[in-house]
Amino acid sequence: MKQSPRARIALTVVGWGVALIMFFPIAWMLLTAFKTEVEAVSSPPSIFFDATLENYAAVQERADYVRYAVNSVVISVGATLVAIAFAVPAGYAMAFFPTKRTRGTLLWMLSTKMLPPVGVLVPIYLLARDLSLLDTRVGLIMVYALMNLPIVVWMLYTFFKELPRDILEAARIDGAMVRDELRYLVLPLSLPGIASTALLSIILCWNEAFWSLNLTTSDAAPLTAFIASFSSPEGLFWAKLSAASTLAIAPILVFGWMSQRQLVRGMTFGAVK
Amino acid sequence: MTATTAAEPRAAERRHGGRRTVNTLPLVAPSVIVLLLWMLVPLGMTIWFSFQRYNLITPHLRGFVGFQNYEFLLTDPALWTAMLNTLILVGSVLAITVGFGTILATLYNAHFPGRSIARLLVIAPFFVMPTVSALIWKNMLMHPVNGLFAWITNSVLGVGRIDWFADLPLFSIIMIVSWQWLPFALLILLTAIQSLDQEQQEAAIIDGANPIQMFWYIILPHLGRAISVVVMIETIFFLTIFAEILVTTSGGPGLASTNLAYLIYIRALLDFDVGGASAGGVIAIILANIVAIFLIRAVAKNLDT
Repeated sequence: MKQSPRARIALTVVGWGVALIMFFPIAWMLLTAFKTEVEAVSSPPSIFFDATLENYAAVQERADYVRYAVNSVVISVGATLVAIAFAVPAGYAMAFFPTKRTRGTLLWMLSTKMLPPVGVLVPIYLLARDLSLLDTRVGLIMVYALMNLPIVVWMLYTFFKELPRDILEAARIDGAMVRDELRYLVLPLSLPGIASTALLSIILCWNEAFWSLNLTTSDAAPLTAFIASFSSPEGLFWAKLSAASTLAIAPILVFGWMSQRQLVRGMTFGAVK
Repeated sequence: MTATTAAEPRAAERRHGGRRTVNTLPLVAPSVIVLLLWMLVPLGMTIWFSFQRYNLITPHLRGFVGFQNYEFLLTDPALWTAMLNTLILVGSVLAITVGFGTILATLYNAHFPGRSIARLLVIAPFFVMPTVSALIWKNMLMHPVNGLFAWITNSVLGVGRIDWFADLPLFSIIMIVSWQWLPFALLILLTAIQSLDQEQQEAAIIDGANPIQMFWYIILPHLGRAISVVVMIETIFFLTIFAEILVTTSGGPGLASTNLAYLIYIRALLDFDVGGASAGGVIAIILANIVAIFLIRAVAKNLDT
């Protein structure tokens, strides 16, 4: 499309204006993380100040922050690995050996995502309590793996379907068994797809804040719960909260930027292309 | 692509007949079984509990009470307040995210210097965990004394300070959730716009269509499907908005910002009323299912196996 110079300037101004407004709360948080607590609450707000790293040091020194961060990593990665372990065989079978039931099975799997978590809060809470899984990493890993399994199966299924058929056919003629085919051909070839699926699953687990707030209290609480614990106390803690928040969102923000396309694919189940 | 890819494996199937009788059941069954359990067990329990008198403080008084929990819940004004709040919350955030999402998707589809970086900045809020975004807004932007908005309204605009979460609790939560989900709508709609036929657009321009006509007659009709998908997915997520409320207002003042999800949380984990909370859960499930049926249909249309 040809643009007049004036339209181009207007477009640039609006495009960047909107971007800066949307990003502003995050930028403000990043900035506050480098302020002292006094500057953080000053009015008028200080934009120029002597940057300090003491908030990060303070956050790192708190042993409990590290524990929450470790919980987040273990739970997100653990749940993702479990979901992928279940989903690879299922996605492979449905992509390469479709039957009459495949379509129905895929759609049914999606329908399990439509059950609102709040509708099953009570039974899941009670089951977790009775199985001693309340406030444990294993409990949250199970819930997250199940929560993301439909998305993971779906994405792996679409990646497997895009694999070049010729190579697989050749392997079959050479007498490759299902297990060999999966291990030496399908998995290596679809590694980029599996990686981006894993990335999306980790993002969703990391930011999940319904089950983590309801099923954990301290031992297994991830960063979402740690940050939520700052909601009540008033006082001089904004700068430290900002530093803790920055550390909590930075890795996921980078992952998110890397996996935009997969996000669209995974969250709309291919309904938008 | 539907015709060819669907035909190929079937042709191959015939060629290597014996190789195709692979039993896929052991491969698919584990996923199906765990999902079936994950869905049916809690669902069954919710429905079962909803017909029971069951309070965790007085567990010995447990017993079947028929529709009493529903009667109690449906005649409780708190439910209707929560339902209304849920509808306002879901409706407003949908309108904001889909409305602005459509406009912004058109904007970020156009070329301008630094577009890709601007896009990254716009979608960033979606990757911020809900508790962090709620606390950024609560403390640093909307705090009545030290927040940035307070400084703007008081010192710059001179209209005094607004105590956002006390005076406009639902509106404040709508703003936070919209900020988080606008990037989602934008991403999906932008993907849909990018699949728009270039030739059709160029033909329209040659025929003298102005940008507004382009938007109304070419882009918007093309986006219909994507918009409905965004609406459905967001609705299912918005029915369970929880962290943002817990962190900012805790449902208050009074019930002013309590939605259905938060009401169920109060009943279940604060009042220990398993029966009543389960009846609320069943209502949430019914609401979500009305939306889900349409969503599944939209997905099914695009599914070629």
